[in-house]
Amino acid sequence: MQAVFKRTAGLLNIPTHYCPGCTHGILHRLIAEAMCELDILHRTIGVSSVGCTYNNYEYFACDMVQAAHGRAPAVATGIKRVHPSKSVFTYQGDGDLAAIGTAEIIHAAARGEKISVFFANNAIYGMTSGQMAPTTLIGQVTTTSPFGRDPDAQGHPINVSEMMATLPGAVYVERVSLHDYRHIIQAKKAVRKAFRVQEAGLGFSLVEVLSTCPTNWGMDPPKSMDWVAEVMIQQYPLGLFRDPKLEESK
Amino acid sequence: MPMPRVKFNQDLCKGCGLCVSVCPQRLIQVQKRRLNDKGLHPVYVEQVDRCTGCGMCATICPDLAIEVWR
Amino acid sequence: MEKRVLMKGNEAIAEAAIRAGCRYYFGYPITPQTEIMHYMAKRMVEVGGTVIQAESELAAINMVYGAAAAGARAMTSSSSPGISLKQEGFSYIAGAELPAVVANIVRAGPGLGGILPSQGDYFQATKGGGHGDYRNIVLAPASVQELYEMTIEAFNLADRYRMLALILGDGALGQMMEPVVFRDKEPIDLPKKPWAVTGTGGVRPHNTITSIYIKADVLEAFNRKLQAKYAEVSRREVRAECLNCEDADILMVAFGTCSRIGRGIIPIAAAQGVRVGLIRPITLWPFPSDVIARAAAQPSVKAVLTIELSCGQMVEDVRLAVDGMKPIAFLGRSGGNLPTQKEILQKIMKMVGR
Repeated sequence: MQAVFKRTAGLLNIPTHYCPGCTHGILHRLIAEAMCELDILHRTIGVSSVGCTYNNYEYFACDMVQAAHGRAPAVATGIKRVHPSKSVFTYQGDGDLAAIGTAEIIHAAARGEKISVFFANNAIYGMTSGQMAPTTLIGQVTTTSPFGRDPDAQGHPINVSEMMATLPGAVYVERVSLHDYRHIIQAKKAVRKAFRVQEAGLGFSLVEVLSTCPTNWGMDPPKSMDWVAEVMIQQYPLGLFRDPKLEESK
Repeated sequence: MPMPRVKFNQDLCKGCGLCVSVCPQRLIQVQKRRLNDKGLHPVYVEQVDRCTGCGMCATICPDLAIEVWR
Repeated sequence: MEKRVLMKGNEAIAEAAIRAGCRYYFGYPITPQTEIMHYMAKRMVEVGGTVIQAESELAAINMVYGAAAAGARAMTSSSSPGISLKQEGFSYIAGAELPAVVANIVRAGPGLGGILPSQGDYFQATKGGGHGDYRNIVLAPASVQELYEMTIEAFNLADRYRMLALILGDGALGQMMEPVVFRDKEPIDLPKKPWAVTGTGGVRPHNTITSIYIKADVLEAFNRKLQAKYAEVSRREVRAECLNCEDADILMVAFGTCSRIGRGIIPIAAAQGVRVGLIRPITLWPFPSDVIARAAAQPSVKAVLTIELSCGQMVEDVRLAVDGMKPIAFLGRSGGNLPTQKEILQKIMKMVGR
């Protein structure tokens, strides 16, 4: 008998603190599996940010640094410049990356920092209990947009991947989703590609991952997955925004 | 061909039901009458012999609570 | 062979950092300290180092955080408004126990203030500035030579205690040119950093650098550990210079640029029959309270005069050190103005009743 599916060595054997059905666990696993499959776990350094994943440095088996809110790309820049032969990734949410850390992410990309950014976009602030995010959809109810996000008062959602794709330094930008089996498999390919782009020294890579927040969306986990598929994807179409055309070696 | 095997770690399971929703054979159920160490209802597999070992449940599980052999 | 060169204060900081083994500089332009980055931009190329002109002071200090976590000697520099932005990073560096060096070439505030010299960041430098219970080592050089030497010392101290060492200069020191002597070999004290993130290499458990402790008991234990470290720094690293303090009638306390002015007062006052001493704190944190208390306790001392380029900040620490033993007087200028020898002398004569 062969294992079809078995725990990855890229994650330590610790139960996560995430709410039931939260897709962070899936994204953690994809990153961990990619590091193991590419055999870079022992020379990867990850950067945790602020939000629900503030302490995912406890879960990943590689070396990890916790960064202040929004500053993960700057911290990753410092690490990567010291260890250019190591792989460095950041794991950031929409508040961290698209609100408080907007300057850091744009300029890391503009410099073409050879880091990989995994951006979990679930259109809400999870950890602080469901406030409006920069990526919250028009009309979406949150604790700080209780009548639905009103574009007149609260502006429009930020499409991060489209914005990042305007920067020449961001050589690989793709938006994927975790809402079903097929899309998880695609997301895994994107995560692997982000690391490979970095390993090849091509530049900055960002994978935007449409994610769920069943707790703060007020939906059960399967329904949250449906909401991504039916509603969120309308605002955030999946696809490849910048493609460095990697040689298909691995 | 040996029968596929699927193993659920009841203590890691948070009973979110994502695996229930994706199983093509509809074999997984949340155990409404059982609580694990976290105080959550873990899932179980009925009619294990019908499992095809496709791995879809494990792929969508956010908690690495499922292992599959074939 | 020793080398003697004429240099700007800001350039001396940059050269010292490179000689101390710093290969990573992250900055953002702000007057009056940007010559540090200008110098680094050229010189780092020669030694294979990295200079990044960051998008903000926040980004720059967080790049330092990353490079320090990765085990390297790294620094940033700025001036007052920029240092305010860096305070977030200061607190995280303290919380993560990372060694880092920052130079603050202080300008006059508050707000955008002006670009002229000031010591108005004393509170911010020595009392925190960022959030939480933490300390930074604060060094106060008073010449270009000292900017050079103390920058090297700052790297050694930062690494020894895994904390932030701040060089608190001012616009006058940063911009002035003086001869600097480079030694053949600078005293570099570089400890091993087994805690750094370098990749596990597959041979050790993962290293994690963090400043978050959710559980009260764990965070309190960590705070106690930090405080024990700060107590050790306070015991071992206090530095001050005492000039003419023995049997002085009046004690001056002044650091940095003000201490240079104070030094010139000693012979002038002596000519008028008043023995004036000068205590120059070299470490502003840990503060040389004992040195000041001992000197002030001498029966000859009538009063203590604190001179600052501010509206009165260090004077609070002097008052605590003297603890009511003697009257404390203050003379400060702000906005970028410097006190003149004449006004200091007038103040002293008034204090001795003349």
